[in-house]
Amino acid sequence: MQSEKQSNSLIKRILQSISEAALIPFLAILTAVVIGGIIILLVGGDPIRAYTGLIQGSMGSRKAWSETAVWATPYIFAGLAVALAFKGGLFNIGAEGQLAVGAVFSALIGYALPEWLGFDLPVYIHLPLAIFTGMLTGGIWASIVGFLKAYTGGHEVINTIMMNYIALNTTSYLLNGVMKDKSPTNVIARTPLIAESARMPEIFEGLRVHWGFVLALFVALFIWWLLNKTTLGFEIRTVGLNPDAAKYAGINVKRTIVITMLFSGMLAGLAGSIEVTGLNYRHELGFSIGYGLDAIAIALLGKSHPLGVVLASFLFAAMRNGATRMQFLTQLPVDLISMLQALILLFVAADAIIRYIYRIKAKGERVVLTRGWGG
Amino acid sequence: MDWKRFSFIGVIIVVLFSLVVMVGQVKQPPLLIITSMLATTIAVATPLTLGALSGVFCERSGVVNIGIEGMMLSAAFFGWLGGIYMYNLYGFAPGVSIAVGVFVAILTGAIMALLLAVLSITFKVDQIIGGTVINILAVGLTGFLNRQLFFGKGSVFGGTVPASPGVLPTIHVPITELFTSICGTSATCLESVKAINRVFDQKPVAISAILLVFISHYILFNTRWGLRTRAVGEHPKAADTVGINVVKMRYANVLIGGMFAGLAGAYFTIESVPSFEPLLTNGRGFISLAAMIFGNWTPIGAWAAALVFGASQALLINMQIFRDVIPPQWSFLQESYIVGLTPYILTMFILTGIIGKTTPPAADGVPYEK
Repeated sequence: MQSEKQSNSLIKRILQSISEAALIPFLAILTAVVIGGIIILLVGGDPIRAYTGLIQGSMGSRKAWSETAVWATPYIFAGLAVALAFKGGLFNIGAEGQLAVGAVFSALIGYALPEWLGFDLPVYIHLPLAIFTGMLTGGIWASIVGFLKAYTGGHEVINTIMMNYIALNTTSYLLNGVMKDKSPTNVIARTPLIAESARMPEIFEGLRVHWGFVLALFVALFIWWLLNKTTLGFEIRTVGLNPDAAKYAGINVKRTIVITMLFSGMLAGLAGSIEVTGLNYRHELGFSIGYGLDAIAIALLGKSHPLGVVLASFLFAAMRNGATRMQFLTQLPVDLISMLQALILLFVAADAIIRYIYRIKAKGERVVLTRGWGG
Repeated sequence: MDWKRFSFIGVIIVVLFSLVVMVGQVKQPPLLIITSMLATTIAVATPLTLGALSGVFCERSGVVNIGIEGMMLSAAFFGWLGGIYMYNLYGFAPGVSIAVGVFVAILTGAIMALLLAVLSITFKVDQIIGGTVINILAVGLTGFLNRQLFFGKGSVFGGTVPASPGVLPTIHVPITELFTSICGTSATCLESVKAINRVFDQKPVAISAILLVFISHYILFNTRWGLRTRAVGEHPKAADTVGINVVKMRYANVLIGGMFAGLAGAYFTIESVPSFEPLLTNGRGFISLAAMIFGNWTPIGAWAAALVFGASQALLINMQIFRDVIPPQWSFLQESYIVGLTPYILTMFILTGIIGKTTPPAADGVPYEK
């Protein structure tokens, strides 16, 4: 009797905390949808048809669900990358560049390794190797910024952005040069197709959703475990909350900053390599653009919690996926989605506005996401 | 700004210039190359200078403005749009339309800044998140409207991008005319004067950016307003005790900063080229921030830093001009992707603080709680 009561109240507590955590994001989405509808009206569109199109296009059929999952896969990885950095007190705006670097190197291993070795590799070696290379290079790319932050104080916000441009320029150089697809009909800056042995198998016959999606869910679980159940996770969170306290508690703050950026970049690199090995089978210039900002929005919307990130990724994926159907029904440009997402982000980031509109009292302490230039 | 930083800036600029002179001298006389490099440097440093000034005003009053990029982008779009509307729909003369465009750009910058101010001062949102919101909002808004207004259903322009009223004219400084009589019949003298004249023939936004550097310096360090701004950014509590309205000062300075960013936006679509493309600011808002930091939150220092970035961009432009005469052992200079990395790597290098540490205003990024 006693224990039943306890477990009841535990479930109640969990439900309560979930509903409390989800309340602000939910209201933020609602408010953004309403304002988005007003904007659609202002430019002469039909908001009801637009939103119907969005829902139909993203969840209306088996294929629509599959495509939403396809969109969600890189979002989950990239969103986790930003979320993990947030937990460590770092603002990683560079997911885009890390993703591009990961994708390029994953593709390189995918198409060139058999040539270099002179023989074909079995899939259970080639595929993990391609994924791992992408993950690692993305991580190294980000850890440069972590290193600069920890040892010179160069602010990660500007440095990750600079690294984005450096990544974009370098991949343009490579994809237009040595790594360009040499087939005579190709005029696009893209790599050749990767070998069959570096491709991920599909889950269902005829649908594009691939095992990378399942991997993304597992990685989200792993990050939750890492953050909450391991010493490293504790160190990352402590440095994120209060680096001074962490220092006095004997945590190597500088090392933790570098490791946080390394892990964050590895997640973003994974986003790139999974797209290459699971979906596109090559890297094409321009594919990575926009992921960095989306990832930030997803991490904020998901409150930097792995489960929240997965849910937010689904929402963003559904919007991107449904946008085509929306455009078909209403002739509104797909870019409308970017604006909707910006509005959602605005209200999530500025939850004070939402609290003000809906008269909700603030509870608990404010979560420190970033600090000024002093770091 | 100390001598270390100024000499670093000087050395980098000299290196970049000599590189172009070495490559290009087979095609053009060095003086012509140097002056044209200088003219390009000043012109392309314009948005960086204005962006950095925007940052200086915001951050001196205690508000981190990472949204300069977004402010520039939206100002570039709406300023351009304003000009097009005036010119095509209301039939105003090109000159009037362009002027309205500049005004709209400045206004857009101020409106975006107002959003930042509301978020970060009134609602005390994390300022870096607030700025990021502005950046993302600007990308979404300009991308959407750019397509919807021109190609959307029921567009007043019927599926085409209409003619723009053009760009701001170059203001000619009559140095050549002045020296014609002095030079007499000497052709080399006249050529040199003409070459030098090119440096001074700049467009209105570029000229006002330079003037604003010195005006800002005067305002910040020699007026009561500037003293109050700095007080609010260094120690808001103390400022409040002596009767300075912290919130008001911060709002005002962020709005001023927004106008600077708006003018920077006007540079892209009203002064440089009369067209808009999504994401055209290309990170220059962030490079402005680096210039501001390297300039130690002073207008003149920030301008000097902006000139370095301008020079590295001018290097890229000039390397394209001299593409065919680049010696084979320097063939990497032909690759615009590689040369284009210069400003980004320079930014990261500068931020390491090797060239001297900088100190932000003490209350920069901290919301004021009474």
